Amino acid sequence: MIPSAFDYAAPTTVEEALSLLAGADSAGDEVKLLAGGQSLIPVMKLRMADPSLVVDLGRIPGLSGITDDGASLTIGAMTPHHTVATDSLVLAHAPLIAQAAQTVADPQVRHRGTIGGALVHADPAGDMPAPVLALDAVFNISGPNGSRSVAAADFFQGYFTTAVEEGEILTGITVPKYGGWGSHYEKFTRVAQQWSIVAVAAAVRLEGGTIAEARLGLTNMSSVPLRATATEAALAGCELREDAIAAACANVADGTEPASDLNGDSAYRRHLATVLAKRAVLAAVGLSGRKG
Amino acid sequence: MTATATSKPEVGTARLRKEDAHLVTGRSRFTDNMVLPGMLHLAMVRSPFAHARILSVDTAAAKGSPGVLDVFTGADVAAEQGSLPNAWPITPDQKAPAHPAVAVDEVAFAGEIVAVIVARSAAAARDAVELVDVDYEELPVVMDLEEAYTDKVLAHTSLESNKSATWVFDSAQAGTGTDVDAELAASDVVVERTMYQQRLIPAFMEPRSTVVDPTGQQITMWSATQIPHILRLMLALTLGIPESKLRVVAPDVGGGFGGKLQVTPEEVITVLAARRMGKPVKYTETRSESLQAAHHGRAQVQRLRLGATKEGIVTGLHVDLLADMGAYLGLVTSGVPILGAFMYNSIYKFPSYRFECHNVFTNKAWTDAYRGAGRPEATFAIERMMDELAVELGMDPLELREKNWIKHEEFPFTTVAGLEYDTGNYEAATQKAVELFDYDGFRAEQKRRRDSGDTLQLGIGISTFTEMCGLAPSRVLGSLSYGAGGWEHAQVRMLPTGHVEVVTGSSAHGQGHETAWSQLVADRLGVPFENIEVLHGDTQVSQRGLDTYGSRSLSVGGMAVLAAADKVIEKAKVIAAHLMEASEEDLEFANGSFTVKGTDQSTALGEVALAVFAAHNLPDGVEPNLDSEATFDPVNFSYPHGTHLAAMEVDTETGEARILKYVCVDDVGVVVNPMLVEGQVHGGLAQGIAQALYEEAVYDDAGTLVSGSFVDYLVPSAPDLPHYITARTETPATSNQLGAKGVGEAGTIASTPAIVNGVIDAVRHLGVKDIKMPCTPARVWHALQEAKTTGGVQ
Ligand SMILES: Cc1cc2nc3c(=O)[nH]c(=O)nc-3n(C[C@H](O)[C@H](O)[C@H](O)COP(=O)(O)OP(=O)(O)OC[C@H]3O[C@@H](n4cnc5c(N)ncnc54)[C@H](O)[C@@H]3O)c2cc1C
Repeated sequence: MIPSAFDYAAPTTVEEALSLLAGADSAGDEVKLLAGGQSLIPVMKLRMADPSLVVDLGRIPGLSGITDDGASLTIGAMTPHHTVATDSLVLAHAPLIAQAAQTVADPQVRHRGTIGGALVHADPAGDMPAPVLALDAVFNISGPNGSRSVAAADFFQGYFTTAVEEGEILTGITVPKYGGWGSHYEKFTRVAQQWSIVAVAAAVRLEGGTIAEARLGLTNMSSVPLRATATEAALAGCELREDAIAAACANVADGTEPASDLNGDSAYRRHLATVLAKRAVLAAVGLSGRKG
Repeated sequence: MTATATSKPEVGTARLRKEDAHLVTGRSRFTDNMVLPGMLHLAMVRSPFAHARILSVDTAAAKGSPGVLDVFTGADVAAEQGSLPNAWPITPDQKAPAHPAVAVDEVAFAGEIVAVIVARSAAAARDAVELVDVDYEELPVVMDLEEAYTDKVLAHTSLESNKSATWVFDSAQAGTGTDVDAELAASDVVVERTMYQQRLIPAFMEPRSTVVDPTGQQITMWSATQIPHILRLMLALTLGIPESKLRVVAPDVGGGFGGKLQVTPEEVITVLAARRMGKPVKYTETRSESLQAAHHGRAQVQRLRLGATKEGIVTGLHVDLLADMGAYLGLVTSGVPILGAFMYNSIYKFPSYRFECHNVFTNKAWTDAYRGAGRPEATFAIERMMDELAVELGMDPLELREKNWIKHEEFPFTTVAGLEYDTGNYEAATQKAVELFDYDGFRAEQKRRRDSGDTLQLGIGISTFTEMCGLAPSRVLGSLSYGAGGWEHAQVRMLPTGHVEVVTGSSAHGQGHETAWSQLVADRLGVPFENIEVLHGDTQVSQRGLDTYGSRSLSVGGMAVLAAADKVIEKAKVIAAHLMEASEEDLEFANGSFTVKGTDQSTALGEVALAVFAAHNLPDGVEPNLDSEATFDPVNFSYPHGTHLAAMEVDTETGEARILKYVCVDDVGVVVNPMLVEGQVHGGLAQGIAQALYEEAVYDDAGTLVSGSFVDYLVPSAPDLPHYITARTETPATSNQLGAKGVGEAGTIASTPAIVNGVIDAVRHLGVKDIKMPCTPARVWHALQEAKTTGGVQ
């Protein structure tokens, strides 16, 4: 498990990193940004990627950490999963993202892997994209022509493909605060430390004993994370009873195209999504009994 | 001198392991830690195809790559590489393809080695792999075992059939029972099922690694192996190197589970490369290579027929087995199913039994021993069948088992498979398990959940088991055409200071032999545990041995150690008598001292050792040493047994099966160190549960290993496993002086059927009769859906 030889650079500013990307690009060299390395280094060791230059984002101050912007939070791209999972601002205003981060891999990976790396890597079975999508976060991207913002709905474009173009860097995401919402990330795996077979991210706002508004993100039900908008609509006005919530979630797999693999075929995944959506919503509204 | 006070016996004490301090403080010496001056590194070029003809191999570009010193192909070493050994030809007409370490004309599984890079660094060797240009002509592949049996596609062009051998045991022919067909024809019920033993990967923690130093008097090999002694012999036979010119060292070895009971292509290649270069050479596999090309295990299709009277007395068992050899026959590949042949009747009194096994080639990695080797497969089959029969008869599955098992007063008992079980007490182990488990309580809860239609259903999984281990009486191995004996060798050496060196031929790779052997010798010689050093794993230190597998170490290797210790006492006695001017007959040995009976005159063993070293005052004709050696050949196998009970909860919405409670009561005879036994049981349970719920080596139709990394080959870890409730009954074996039986494989053998029986018991009332292993959530859910659409009929 030895990667091909590569050059290594560790810039200390975003501008410097961008110019390294631009320089490599004009020389025709393949360049890769290195965040936590938890996805990049394994594929380099398997020689499924062999960049000639690796640009480490780890020395750039300001890319890591969480800031309170008033109506929203900004989470730096280089913030490790462990910080996202335990940070008091995230837990208070976007607990769904913290809950999802807590389910990623094991403590070692959570301390090295970053939210930015996970989002740009965009593995269909990755846990961070669906909650970020469900909460309508905005992606902050820096490039040779300055900075731009991309809505979550436009960010995930295909299998391992996002709106971040070559020569660009994701600097962070901005998440609106969800005061008073309940949320839950329901992840299904066969062993404790595993990528999601299917997972459902749910955030729910109650009003007068019924569901007023729901946001649902689906992990690993397609090549990209999905919003379950029809189910969100069906949940609006739903009473807080298990059968009512189950009925509202019954068609959550409509329009999805989950893969078949050793952990489950497509038909199983489609069924699983309905069970997990029900459970996620029940937990989000504080109704889950025995853990399913 | 007065005799020392009687100290607490070591045997039976839960000692912390001696060997752990260096392992947990990073002072370990695994093979890959070895660095020798001028050492070169290897990388393997492996076939991406499961079956192909090698038309040409162009190594020019690789040879020109920086740091590369040599690249060789199968053709380059064809004259010297020989064919990898199969030590167990189960029939005189067994067919097998030649098995060169580096393929010459044809590859027969994906991952087979076609060329070897030798370079100054591991990185340079790896870089050159892609530069070797192999021209393959793809050939049709046969991946499915049942299809391979039809011979429509051949796994090797050099063979006319995929069938390697057929081996039959028939109780009517052997005179151990009646004719099974006649019995089944006359039975009230016959249950017929096909069971699938999925292919597993041993997945030891330390990948395989080999270093060979060809300089010096002997060629020295360090290797991550379970079998330094067998390896040395086999390398000599394969490569024509005089055995005396070979030294094999197994330093710290990080697990094996049978997966390192092999003579590997990589080991042969490392010797060849070192000889070509005249320099030390290292090869360490990657995890991907390990999963792809280290031998796999299980992989059988079992067609079973079990007959009984309506009262539940079994009349006979017929086993028709297909065993997947994979592409080649490794060291004991062909014999693995035969190790199971004697175990299908398990703890039961069957009047008739027939076992017919067909060994078949496919284009997959070859199979060989994996923890339990043949016996887990057999136990799974019979324990699943007993549950099926119980359902058929409407009988409690425990009651059915009790009706058929050998009662404790019936031992020694000659089984329908022809083995003589020395001792056992199945009633005691089962009773204890039932009490610890709360069997009646779980049955009541199961009924409640069934009645209320709970989404979480409950099942109770039962497995009793016995196994033949402590491999093995040499004569028995001879009668089964195995290529070696089953003895073990030991030396005990008294040093002048009274400290002791114990040399053992059973080389540990994680089991804790150093601790257990020290405890044995401490009691026998009356020497403190700390003053005993156990040496092993180097053919220069431990010259003779047959290594570690088949739960043989204590009941065979440990007995050799005790026999050698007894010889030390005998030798010392002569000298002690001389020193005390007493007659030998008047001496007693206890607590490390010789005492003249009826007096307080005594001499400690340590004093004798010092006197022997000085040799100033020895009886005439007595050699000045207190060293001894002994070779122990067991008279019988050892037969541990036990009863395992699992409470399985099945989430009918997701199909997930969870273990709520796991109770096992094992009878492993006399226990030397309860903590080591507990460790073996826990690890064994984990591996057996892994077969039931998690692990499976899967190939696609083209022959690529899909479960080629730990992302897809799911090995459970601590959070996935329950808190086990373990207990023991102790029925001493009579086949060795200690009364010990093997424990290394017990957990693996019993847990798989216990779990699967539990899963099926949880959903049987919903119409599910069987679920293939591993019982993944998806499989359980699909089984439930199918049962629903077929109306839930049994
Ligand atoms: C054993 C193991 C188990 C895992 N289990 C899970 C799991 O259960 N769930 C889960 O979701 N994930 C899991 N992961 C993946 C983990 O979450 C990774 O941390 C994550 O996918 C990538 O984050 P990283 O910071 O390590 O990124 P890296 O590996 O450093 O980079 C990943 C990719 O993103 C690019 N990139 C990184 N940062 C930026 C940036 N700021 N701007 C532009 N491009 C960037 C890199 O160039 C690279 O292509 C697991 C990983 C391992 C090793």
